[in-house]
Amino acid sequence: MHDFELVKPASVAEAVAALAAEGAQALSGGQTLLPSMKQRLAAPDRLVSLLDIPEMRGVCHGDRGLAVGGATPHAVVAREAAARYPALAALAGQIGDPAVRSRGTIGGSLANNDPAACYPAAALASGATIVTDRREIAADDYFQGLFTTALDEGEIITTVHFPIPERACYMKFEQPASRFALVGVFVAKYADGVRVAVTGAGEDGVFRWTDAEDALTADFRPEALQGLVVDADGLIGDLHGTPAYRANLIAVLTKRAVAAA
Amino acid sequence: MPKDGGIGASTLRREDIRFLTGKGRYTADINLRGQAFACFLRSDVAHGRIRSIDTSAAEAMPGVLAVMTGADFTEVGGNPTGWLVQSRDGATMKEPKRPVLAHGKVRHVGDAYALVVAETYAQAKDACEAIVAEIEELPAIVDMAAAVADTTNRVHDECADNVVFDWGWIEENRAAVEAAFDAAPHVTTLELVNNRLSPNAMEPRASIGDFDSGTGDYKLYTTSQNPHLTRLLISAFVMGIPENKLTVIAPDVGGGFGSKIYHYGEEAAVLAASKRLDRPVKWVCDRSEAFLSDAHGRDHVTKIQLATDTEGNFLALRTETLANMGAYLSNFATCTPTFLHGTLMAGPYKTPHVYVNVKAVMTNTVPVDAYRGAGRPEATYSLERVIDKAADELGIDKWEIRRRNFINPDQFPYQTPVGLVYDTGNYHATMDKLRELSDIAGFEARAAESAAKGKLRGFGLSTWIEACGIAPSNLVGVLGCRVGLFDAATIRVNATGNISVLVGAHSHGQGHETVFAQLISEKLGVPAASVEIVHGDTSKIPFGMGTYGSRSLAVCGSAMMKAADKIIDKGKKIAAHMLEAAEGDIEFNDGSFSVAGTDKQKSFAEIAFSAYVPHNYPLETLEPGLEETAFYDPANFTYPAGAYGCEVEVDPETGAVDIVRFTCADDFGNVINPMIVAGQVHGGVAQGIGQALLEGVVYNEDGQLLTGSYMDYAMPRADDLPNIDVDHSCVTPCTHNPLGAKGCGEAGAIGTPPAVVNAVIDALRRGGHGQVTHIDMPLTPSRVWHAIHG
Ligand SMILES: Cc1cc2nc3c(=O)[nH]c(=O)nc-3n(C[C@H](O)[C@H](O)[C@H](O)COP(=O)(O)OP(=O)(O)OC[C@H]3O[C@@H](n4cnc5c(N)ncnc54)[C@H](O)[C@@H]3O)c2cc1C
Repeated sequence: MHDFELVKPASVAEAVAALAAEGAQALSGGQTLLPSMKQRLAAPDRLVSLLDIPEMRGVCHGDRGLAVGGATPHAVVAREAAARYPALAALAGQIGDPAVRSRGTIGGSLANNDPAACYPAAALASGATIVTDRREIAADDYFQGLFTTALDEGEIITTVHFPIPERACYMKFEQPASRFALVGVFVAKYADGVRVAVTGAGEDGVFRWTDAEDALTADFRPEALQGLVVDADGLIGDLHGTPAYRANLIAVLTKRAVAAA
Repeated sequence: MPKDGGIGASTLRREDIRFLTGKGRYTADINLRGQAFACFLRSDVAHGRIRSIDTSAAEAMPGVLAVMTGADFTEVGGNPTGWLVQSRDGATMKEPKRPVLAHGKVRHVGDAYALVVAETYAQAKDACEAIVAEIEELPAIVDMAAAVADTTNRVHDECADNVVFDWGWIEENRAAVEAAFDAAPHVTTLELVNNRLSPNAMEPRASIGDFDSGTGDYKLYTTSQNPHLTRLLISAFVMGIPENKLTVIAPDVGGGFGSKIYHYGEEAAVLAASKRLDRPVKWVCDRSEAFLSDAHGRDHVTKIQLATDTEGNFLALRTETLANMGAYLSNFATCTPTFLHGTLMAGPYKTPHVYVNVKAVMTNTVPVDAYRGAGRPEATYSLERVIDKAADELGIDKWEIRRRNFINPDQFPYQTPVGLVYDTGNYHATMDKLRELSDIAGFEARAAESAAKGKLRGFGLSTWIEACGIAPSNLVGVLGCRVGLFDAATIRVNATGNISVLVGAHSHGQGHETVFAQLISEKLGVPAASVEIVHGDTSKIPFGMGTYGSRSLAVCGSAMMKAADKIIDKGKKIAAHMLEAAEGDIEFNDGSFSVAGTDKQKSFAEIAFSAYVPHNYPLETLEPGLEETAFYDPANFTYPAGAYGCEVEVDPETGAVDIVRFTCADDFGNVINPMIVAGQVHGGVAQGIGQALLEGVVYNEDGQLLTGSYMDYAMPRADDLPNIDVDHSCVTPCTHNPLGAKGCGEAGAIGTPPAVVNAVIDALRRGGHGQVTHIDMPLTPSRVWHAIHG
């Protein structure tokens, strides 16, 4: 790890100012950024910690559903979202291990947009709104490919709004080594339709399985998915699973998610 | 009544208190005054010619004290291979040199070719990045079959077709084996891969070189399973430092599994750097580096054939194996696929004719060497898989086909057709015990429950035998081993009656400090608490050969028993003098020396005290002191054996395998500490399950390691493992060592993989997927799903 300066702003405005400097980067739970710095894959000159900004921490309920502060650790979401949005809480509770969950945050996860991360599936399936220091971005516009998002340089996720579905479930099939999602499927049923988001599988990152959405909007039962197949083209193939295998998992996990929702 | 001390007691591990409270002292914990830090520059290409290395920029970096390259080590010798194996045509194997730092060529990703020493580790690492090397990339040799076929592209010039040896075992058997196959009514053939594994000891390697310019003495603190071997290799082969000027200290070591048996170039490099700088030089391997530089294990590609009659009686067995050596021959690389593999190919069976062929192949990958079980897991896996396949083909029950072919209890000592003489065993007993513990009667009901959940349940059986207690020097010498494989112990009884036992074995997780103290306590009738076990420091302990091959108890423990006998003999002399009796009349029982038939006696402590306060000794006939050393060289290997049962549930929709029940019935001979034995089996089974379901080193065709971190290399975790039922109540004591002990350290890693794979294949067969006769390990969900669905 190279030397760096650490600053700990107490407000979003201060953080934005601190991030304006050349070589500055936001630090949240550090579960992704610190390992990559240790491996010398990243070498920021200045880290701007977001953990001391009260307005970015915690979970609350309002008229736009559940609002989760950008610097809220997974363990807190697992606990505090359990009553209002159990599927989201369950997702948070399955991320990594206890140490990762007590440090890693929703903002870090969504900013990083790892193709195998869990939160992107929840955000996309919930039609969440990602609120930053300067604007609001709909989840459908936010995810733009592997490790790529709509965020600009220095833009900070401050809050994520999750509309609360009638029924929902996240089914995660773990990659045996990393235990990130080899495939994860988030199914959320709202009054105006069902959304199905798939993580771990797409070569361009998280995506919606619209055929399944249509079928489930018409009939929210596992049987409604009968005969639907996912095209393996465009799916990830690696040591842990071929594209065909991932296509199968998407179908199986969606079915199971609907059954369990 | 279980005993609360001595042999047979489940004494709690005394070393755990220090390990669990952070008081262990590992190499990385040792900080010497004035130490500098080393960082190695490692190749990022698999195969390349080093055109030039420019170190000038690195040398000018802040804090840099020295930069060394392969050119600095051309004068010193190479790290040798420990066994010279002969090819079947009688030619001696090729032995390409393994330099301290790569010179001329780099041969695998991770091959170290330069070293920077600086005031801090970060400075050394920064300077490594400033070294400018021009490396002309050559095509990588990764796949073994391709390596053998290509005579132009060579890992080492001296190996024309990248083959180190082409070994036949036993060559004289070959004609009879072929004749038996020609005449056999049934032949079962199986091609399989024994997957390459990364050992992943919890503690990564670390070394500190400490040269004392005042005395000219060198000290090496290092993560070693056998410090004397490391000292011998550095002295006699690599650096020429006389052994009496070199101390090797392996303090607490956090696991080895084989990977820390060997001498590595980093050890020689830190010693040389320390001498050059006249300062201690410390290197601590990081985890990413460990994946690229610790010797890997396994990596065999095998075709095995079993000839049977229609009743399933084994008539003959033959195998052809390509064994990956990696880019350099690590110290025991050549022995693992030969004398620890071919010699075990008979298993516990009385197959009359067996022939094994192994070609050792160089590739541009990390060197491969012994890893927990070493050769024996590969043999057991091939054999137990082909037997299951034969049983399915012949429609014979899996238990029955094994029972029919077991060596019978009345056939010992049993000469196998592959060179070993099994001294004792009872394979029927362990398999019957397994059957009893496995609740076979309830299997169908459990299978029905699984089916109701959409899961397929299967049961897998494997029986295993290994040769351990490594090893009789007489025998291994004939087979090409360049060292002796005895062990040694010194028992030093101190004046106040407590005891230091200095042993050649090295504990890096095994619990020797507890078990060895139990032995001495029982034998000498002293409390275990007054016995201290000293290991790991060549300046203190007698020359021993360290710990691997389930040898510590059988070999070093036997040396301790021999030394203890000498202590008792000496104690009797002292007692005879003190009690004014004839030596022949002195009896030793429960820690006290007495004159037979009288109440005259002296306690062990009184004898000890007298030995060091010999005020009235007849010095012509009685020497002061109470300290004895014994070397023990075994007459034969020991042959623990057992039977393992694995029950799985397979999810046919996802291919996920869940091990729901795992049972071991082992015969380890006499057991000293049942709790520690159970722990050893648990650990071995965990590693076996890791190999079967999760672990596998993967290179791409350019020789880049795709499994270079825990993000892609799947280690078994607690929730991957079932409850493991362990039984070692079947005992046939070893007939040729004083403890009757056989060794238990590798059992789990040997017996488990075939049990797991057999269980999955069984589940698929019962579930209507009988077309699947084999899946290569690791049986990842993706592989299992593809096996079912194409
Ligand atoms: C062992 C392990 C297992 C894991 N398993 C899983 C898993 O199963 N599923 C899963 O989804 N994830 C998993 N993760 C990832 C983890 O959950 C974190 O979500 C992830 O590391 C990023 O969050 P962080 O708070 O640690 O971000 P950091 O590491 O601090 O930052 C990551 C990136 O996001 C940027 N950033 C951080 N916060 C913000 C913000 N508010 N606004 C804008 N940019 C920001 C940073 O600048 C950096 O570029 C695992 C991680 C580890 C180490």
